[in-house]
Amino acid sequence: MKKIEAIIKPHKLEEVKEGLIEINVTGMTMSEVKGFGRQKGHTEIYRGAEYRVDFIPKIKLELVVDDSQVSEVVDLIKDKVSTGKIGDGKIFITSLEETIRIRTGETGTKAL
Amino acid sequence: MRKSLLLATILLLISAGHVLGAEGAAKQAANAVQTNLDYVWTLVAACLVFFMQAGFALVESGMTRAKNSINILMKNLMDFSMGTIGFWAIGFGLMFGVSNGITGSSGFFLSDYTPGGDPWVLAFWMFQVVFCATAATIVSGAMAERTKFHAYLIFSLLISAFIYPVFGSWAWGGLFKGGGWLEALGFIDFAGSTVVHSVGAWIGLAGAIMLGPRKGKYKSDGSVRPIPGHNLPLVALGVFILWLGWFGFNPGSTTAGSTDIALIFVNTNLAAAAGAIAAMFISWVKFGKPEISMSLNGALAGLVAITAGCASVAPSSSVLIGAIAGVLVVFAVLFFDRIKVDDPVGAVSVHGVCGAWGTLAAGLFKAGGTSLGIIGVQLLGIVTCFAWSFGTGLLMFYVIKKTVGLRISEEEEMEGLDYSEHRGSAYPDFISSTFAQQSF
Repeated sequence: MKKIEAIIKPHKLEEVKEGLIEINVTGMTMSEVKGFGRQKGHTEIYRGAEYRVDFIPKIKLELVVDDSQVSEVVDLIKDKVSTGKIGDGKIFITSLEETIRIRTGETGTKAL
Repeated sequence: MRKSLLLATILLLISAGHVLGAEGAAKQAANAVQTNLDYVWTLVAACLVFFMQAGFALVESGMTRAKNSINILMKNLMDFSMGTIGFWAIGFGLMFGVSNGITGSSGFFLSDYTPGGDPWVLAFWMFQVVFCATAATIVSGAMAERTKFHAYLIFSLLISAFIYPVFGSWAWGGLFKGGGWLEALGFIDFAGSTVVHSVGAWIGLAGAIMLGPRKGKYKSDGSVRPIPGHNLPLVALGVFILWLGWFGFNPGSTTAGSTDIALIFVNTNLAAAAGAIAAMFISWVKFGKPEISMSLNGALAGLVAITAGCASVAPSSSVLIGAIAGVLVVFAVLFFDRIKVDDPVGAVSVHGVCGAWGTLAAGLFKAGGTSLGIIGVQLLGIVTCFAWSFGTGLLMFYVIKKTVGLRISEEEEMEGLDYSEHRGSAYPDFISSTFAQQSF
């Protein structure tokens, strides 16, 4: 099992979610987060003076899938959110030790 | 034959008498309608000017941080309420009472009205009290986010009861029972670019200087760190309300239902539009993007500037007066920021700088020609207004600072005045952003 975390632009969430459901991802969790990458946020102007906004609003999408499904999921996310411009986001993949469905006690991919 | 001629003559005379009598009655009826119209228009205009209080409350709260919203709203509520009482008790008499050579000196507590007597003084007072409140409320914006509430109550009352009416008596006393030296010289300020707007702004300037900038407004190297307002839709709504209110402020200053109001309406609207456009383009050129708060300030700048000359300049002049105000306001905001006078809403730039410009422009663009004499009197009025309002303002704030205190403590400022001064929260259901939580 792998845990996939994708940091994406907020307005891409709907499209990514629909796509993931289509390829039979069973569930996901999202949170509203703020952050920056290499470009270090952006600047805004208020009454003639520039100021830096470091933390830009993003969506963090977390989902856990079987190893066999990882590349399909990553390709889908990349396909849905990529604009080729700065700020498209990142995908992090980590190995996951265990998943447990609380209701039944099932474990592993059966619990996904 | 002779008899019938006589009879015919008598009949003719009688009927002529009837016609004359009917003419008199018709004239009387027309006068009554005109009188009623004057009352109705003056009081409808008073409503529009009153609504400007809502506009100011929205502009000021929107351009400051969420943690100070209750405080701004309380100040706007209280400057109108305290101002109404102060202007009723003292201010109106000082401004419009029979002159003692310096100010008015009769008609305190509306004593010019007796039940059953001429109610014009009531209509006139109602129109004037909303003007007084406009001057008072301008100060609130310039001193936002760091002034003690009880200090605000004290000086707001003093402005409405004393500082505003004294200058007003010099320029406008003759509109009722008084008479002042500035109006005797021919000073033109139809609806108050100087009398209302500059008075409020120069007092606000004195206050902003006496307070010092908000914590965090300047970095250690002295450059500006902007403190963005928390709700620009409120600011925009406020500006539209002020624009609407100005259709009472300027055309209502006829205090008469006459055809003159058409020109004044048009001039008012043209100047506002030109001011907004000019400020937008200047901000676009200077900052790379059309900036909203400057553009909104530009509309107000145009409105303030046309207020003095709205009844005496041509529509084409209004466009020019408004456009120049729109340019001036952008540079004035940047200038006051640079010299470290922290005016969160741009009140001094909009009402002070553009009020002075508009007063000068009323002389420069006077329909029917201008002269050095006219311009000289306009300049004298502008300078006198600054000296009186800024001078008494400084003195008043100094005394308040040394007695009850003027500025809240640093911790209270970081906490926000909503909590420290009013033990409340304007948006209890919202999680405040990290920006508002920063240490300044």
